[in-house]
Amino acid sequence: MQASPPLLAAEGITKRFGALVANNAVDLKVAPGEIHALLGENGAGKSTLVKIIYGLLRPDAGRLVWRGAPVQVESARAARALGIGMVFQHFSLFEALTVAENVALALDGAESLDEIAQRLSETSRAYGLPLDPKREIWRLSVGERQRVEIMRCLMQDPSLLILDEPTSVLTPQEAEGLFATLARLRAEGRSVLYISHKLEEVRRICEAATILRGGQVVAHCDPRAETAAGLARMMMGGDVVPIRHDHIEAQGPVRLAVSALSLPALHTHGIALANINLELRAGEVLGIAGVAGNGQDELFAALSGEELAPHAGAIAMDGVAVGRAGINERRKRGAAFVPEERLGHGAAPAMRLTENALLSGHATNGFLRHGLVDRAKLTDFVGKVVRAFDVRKGPADPEARALSGGNLPSWGVDAGAAATIRQALMDLARAGSAVLVISQDLDELLEISDRLCVMFMGRLSPAMPTAQATRESLGLLMGGAGMAA
Amino acid sequence: MTLFEAIILTIITASTPLLIAALGELVVERAGVLNLGVEGMMIIGAAAGIAAAITTGSSTLGVLVAVLAGMALSLVFAALVLGLAANQVAAGLALAILGLGLSGVIGAPFVGVQRAGIGKIEIPWLSDIPFLGPLLFRQDPFVYASVALVIGVWWFLTKSRAGLVLRAVGENHAAAHALGYPVRRIRLLAILFGGGCAGLAGAYMSLVYTPFWTSGMTGGRGWIALAIVVFASWLPFRAMVGAYLFGALTILQLHAQSAGVPLPSQFLAALPYLITILVLVLIMRARRGGVAGPASLGVPFVPDR
Repeated sequence: MQASPPLLAAEGITKRFGALVANNAVDLKVAPGEIHALLGENGAGKSTLVKIIYGLLRPDAGRLVWRGAPVQVESARAARALGIGMVFQHFSLFEALTVAENVALALDGAESLDEIAQRLSETSRAYGLPLDPKREIWRLSVGERQRVEIMRCLMQDPSLLILDEPTSVLTPQEAEGLFATLARLRAEGRSVLYISHKLEEVRRICEAATILRGGQVVAHCDPRAETAAGLARMMMGGDVVPIRHDHIEAQGPVRLAVSALSLPALHTHGIALANINLELRAGEVLGIAGVAGNGQDELFAALSGEELAPHAGAIAMDGVAVGRAGINERRKRGAAFVPEERLGHGAAPAMRLTENALLSGHATNGFLRHGLVDRAKLTDFVGKVVRAFDVRKGPADPEARALSGGNLPSWGVDAGAAATIRQALMDLARAGSAVLVISQDLDELLEISDRLCVMFMGRLSPAMPTAQATRESLGLLMGGAGMAA
Repeated sequence: MTLFEAIILTIITASTPLLIAALGELVVERAGVLNLGVEGMMIIGAAAGIAAAITTGSSTLGVLVAVLAGMALSLVFAALVLGLAANQVAAGLALAILGLGLSGVIGAPFVGVQRAGIGKIEIPWLSDIPFLGPLLFRQDPFVYASVALVIGVWWFLTKSRAGLVLRAVGENHAAAHALGYPVRRIRLLAILFGGGCAGLAGAYMSLVYTPFWTSGMTGGRGWIALAIVVFASWLPFRAMVGAYLFGALTILQLHAQSAGVPLPSQFLAALPYLITILVLVLIMRARRGGVAGPASLGVPFVPDR
């Protein structure tokens, strides 16, 4: 049987950034009505490839073929004209503008704003993703923002929808909603290019996969016919050493105690902390889960001393009230802080060095007696490490900015290094430190934490032992269900 | 004409250059660029404007040259901050100093040369309305232009598609770029508009307000225009309120001085600045939870291509 031509074919795509080959002769075929996974570790070249497809980057070699005919995609506008829509990993919405205005910006037609608003509310209801066109983005939750992104693409009536790590910011329940929408899109004959490194997800919803490693295609396969471990091996090029961990109930003294901490929002789009209580004991890792933007930044600022608590007793270290003490004073008491990297990502060449510097530095000079480590995402770790040694000298570290440049693939933590870092955190705890990890990555938290809390809208759930936590129960908490007001 | 009418008329004349310059800067900042060089562009407009007007004998040409001079200086700024992604604060301050110095050179041959100011346009019938007529309908062309500009900028920013794109660029330039909008070209146009407005405001100073050249004649109005933009929360009609508030305070403190108010004249002269700052702070505090300035304001943009 003669197969119909693929909707999109990328043939021999090569893209270099200086010495780094981000994509090396990459081939990819997406059939009509197919949900196609693009799998790979961070830095494998996934983002580079889709940016080329969406016209944001130009390949150094290779070509794109759309419905059987070679095309030059010169710009995002050209990609949209072909029928390609893209939902970005880091939301590309305009905070101060309304939903309708955000959608209008991605439409190239001559519709008036009122017409767009009208069509938007009809279409969004039809897809089961209701949205109020008149609301400003900053008032929306993360899940709603993603709806806006998806609707913005669907309003263009695309044949191919590209989703870049769509579930990394969603609660498990929100992710279910997304999968239902994707199934509907497939039923309408649209194709989806689904970028992810979450294997179970891909095995569930995708019927084809292209796996990238180090900028090269290592396999085309049907993920449903593979095991998760098999996909992981292809993605990482070897077995990943499982982390050795026994969840324990720490019996050590309380290193850090937070009681009834409330703090107004840091900025207009921030979240106010309301009545936060937690205890962190020596010898344990306490994980704080939650979708980004639920007060994690504010909590970190309050703990580190970047923002002072309303009264000294709200935060105590080793029994001493430090709520009004500054960062350095808290450091002298033995706290260490690793902030979330806000600029983007550090540079690959610097990685090994700085990473070792952090790890050995902590171990040798006893700097981290009770380490407070904030990690929003494992994949951001390199950047955070880079900043660990000149924390808060201002956000515009010129080198980091020069190197980040959007989402360049010139960085990445390979799976081995990631495991090393996690292991190091746990060893630190076992050596008597108290470690607090703030992250969006549930898998990571389940792996390394002894106890877990969830943040939602500035409130913190009581801590539960990790052994008793399930993804479902955590997901409900992340969505605000069952949280005491 | 009563004293009251006279005071109102002078307030309008004192406020108009502030308003024009502030509107230009408002558009620039809405596009995410902070150009602190308004003072420099304004005074270069004043110098170039009167030089051209005296040389050619045409006020129209003077105005045109002033606008072009403001734009030319803003082009230098654009080359630095857009082309080289230089620090906008530093580039803007440099522009202010450069403009002041350059204006002295341009204006030097024309020091003390008097010429008739640009006349007022009387709108028939309407200008005969008692009291309101002379105030609203017997003004120089700049006053009418400044009001038209307020409405035009408001319409552009809130109603037009191009204005939406400009706001988007100022809000999140990376996202605008990702959607395929030419961020730097849009910002260049905004900067040129701001330069043109500053030049026009300068022309008002040297061709209408005090129709001769003295060095440093803008007297810090460019800086006030910058403050007005913030005070106005980047909204055109509020910028009008702000410009008129500052203009009124300036004129009223002069009258207070001549009326012999028992306060040091230095204090009275400082009053408009103090009150403007106070209002600015109060408005900023009252707006907690609302929308602050454009989110990308002052952040250099380098496309990742």
